[in-house]
Amino acid sequence: MSGNLIVERERGLLELERRISELRAANATQPVDMSSEIAALEAKYQQILHEVFGTLSPWEKVHMARHPGRPTSLDYISALERFDELHGDRQFRDDPAIVGGFALMSGRAIVTIGQQRGRDTKENLRRNFGMPAPEGYRKVRRLAHVASRLNLPIVTFVDTKGADPGISSEEHAQSEAIAMCLHEFSTARVPIVATVIGEGGSGGALALAIADSVLMLEHSTYSVASPEGCAAILWSDASKAEEAASRLKLTAGDLHDFGIVDEIVPEPLGGAHRDVAAVVGRTLSAIEMSVTRLSALSPEELLEERYRKYRRLGTWHAERMEPIGGR
Amino acid sequence: MMQMPDWLRARRGKDAEGRDAALWTKCPKCGEVLYRRDLAANAFVCPRCAHHFRMSAFDRISSIVDGDFAEIGADIAPGDPLGWSDKKSYPAKLRGDREKSGLSEAVVCGFGQIGGFDVALAVMDFHFRGGTMGTVVGERIALLLEEARKRKVPCIVFTASGGARMEEGMLALMQMAKTTAAVTRFTEDGNFFMTVLTDPTTGGVSASFAFQADVIVAESRAMIGFAGRRVIEQTIRQKLPDQFQTAEFLLEKGAIDMVVDRHALKDTLVRLLEYARGGVLRA
Repeated sequence: MSGNLIVERERGLLELERRISELRAANATQPVDMSSEIAALEAKYQQILHEVFGTLSPWEKVHMARHPGRPTSLDYISALERFDELHGDRQFRDDPAIVGGFALMSGRAIVTIGQQRGRDTKENLRRNFGMPAPEGYRKVRRLAHVASRLNLPIVTFVDTKGADPGISSEEHAQSEAIAMCLHEFSTARVPIVATVIGEGGSGGALALAIADSVLMLEHSTYSVASPEGCAAILWSDASKAEEAASRLKLTAGDLHDFGIVDEIVPEPLGGAHRDVAAVVGRTLSAIEMSVTRLSALSPEELLEERYRKYRRLGTWHAERMEPIGGR
Repeated sequence: MMQMPDWLRARRGKDAEGRDAALWTKCPKCGEVLYRRDLAANAFVCPRCAHHFRMSAFDRISSIVDGDFAEIGADIAPGDPLGWSDKKSYPAKLRGDREKSGLSEAVVCGFGQIGGFDVALAVMDFHFRGGTMGTVVGERIALLLEEARKRKVPCIVFTASGGARMEEGMLALMQMAKTTAAVTRFTEDGNFFMTVLTDPTTGGVSASFAFQADVIVAESRAMIGFAGRRVIEQTIRQKLPDQFQTAEFLLEKGAIDMVVDRHALKDTLVRLLEYARGGVLRA
């Protein structure tokens, strides 16, 4: 992917940050008091920060969601009390684009699963940029099934451009793998809490996101197709991605309005990567509150509520159309 | 007694043979120029190269059900949740497709009989918005499965879809969750669910109910896959072989149960319905 908008904007700020810290260092060693200059620069810095990041367009949020420094699934999972990773689909291979296993969340045993992209090029190649193959979705299904049998809540982290669109994935029936994930999450007799932490792209994201409670970070995106994909499908022109992003209603606020997202987790000014520890902590406590609340419900109540929730989604109206039937 | 819809009556009536008689059409596969009446009489299969033309939902239902067909969910009409507009507004696109295809949406659902078996039937139609799944498709299919569950009858869905409908955004994606929920309740009650994948079946439809069936049948040469051919070619930067993502390819890879020629389709479905009913079939 060529150039991240947010990273580019941060370059200018980085320069300012360096000057402030230089001045601070000089101030500590030299007799001249420069605290008013430092304060002025800091005020300017805050002002620019607000101007640049105070309100983000949908397209800017797409770039924020793809920011290379944005916390990934493992940043959240490794902040849990304990994590024991489980591997493999038992059929073909272990897909590094999916991480999952048993964990403890404030003492409570859970199963956690997430899409995992890489933090650098080498890791991205190994993890296929967080785009799971069918083997990955079969691992997801297996872990969700174990969770349901053992009565452990399922906590998922959604962060993918979409399911892998390659030859091998088609040969191994990507459609079936995702379809059966959806089935498993529809029938799991335990609380499911899904959090969209980065990019939620299409069916490959939904495969981990049929849940009793869906959380979404403020600057994450979640859409029917990536903006590039949507532009290619509708207009055969991927360069119209920015236009697609503005039409798709893919921000946390839009999706909260539609009833698809239950809770928005706020991010610091400038995005989650500016204070990873705070964002991870805040997100995990929001997840924990949902898990606790849902754990009070019986499996039958959970399944009934989940069914009704997804049964309701969509907009249509009753309209008696003229007798149809074509030629 | 159910009321036979006008379109079905027209296809069953005396003048059915004269329908479209004036039109010629060209086989996209072998280039043969075909008399449309001959093509319709041959189940929309090219007599020269056996290419299976994409069928309208009306022709499909007419060719599959024994007699009557009682449509349900016909009055569920699409909204415009995103207020979508590009070259045209979404409502204008819908009106255009409605006029061209005679369909009110990309799926027709209802109840009828096949070989004497009561069945719930959903037939998608590629001629309406590329068979894409928006709220109405999801809603009608969920409604059909809920009603079929009450009546305890098998359900057969004919798929033909380019995937989720972009113009309804995430609400379109959520129809994958909605239809999955309905399929799950239906099958967990012990009911038989079968899909017939027709050309093309991709994206959000293939990754939900299409591949959740007890038995998955595909029509000869149908293109079936998750990602579209173009997307894959762009990703891997090379041309894909012709056979890739055909029904025959999926059969070889173990993704579907059988590939059936359209002429043999109804008999095949009836045999499958017999097994699903169970018991002693022959004394």
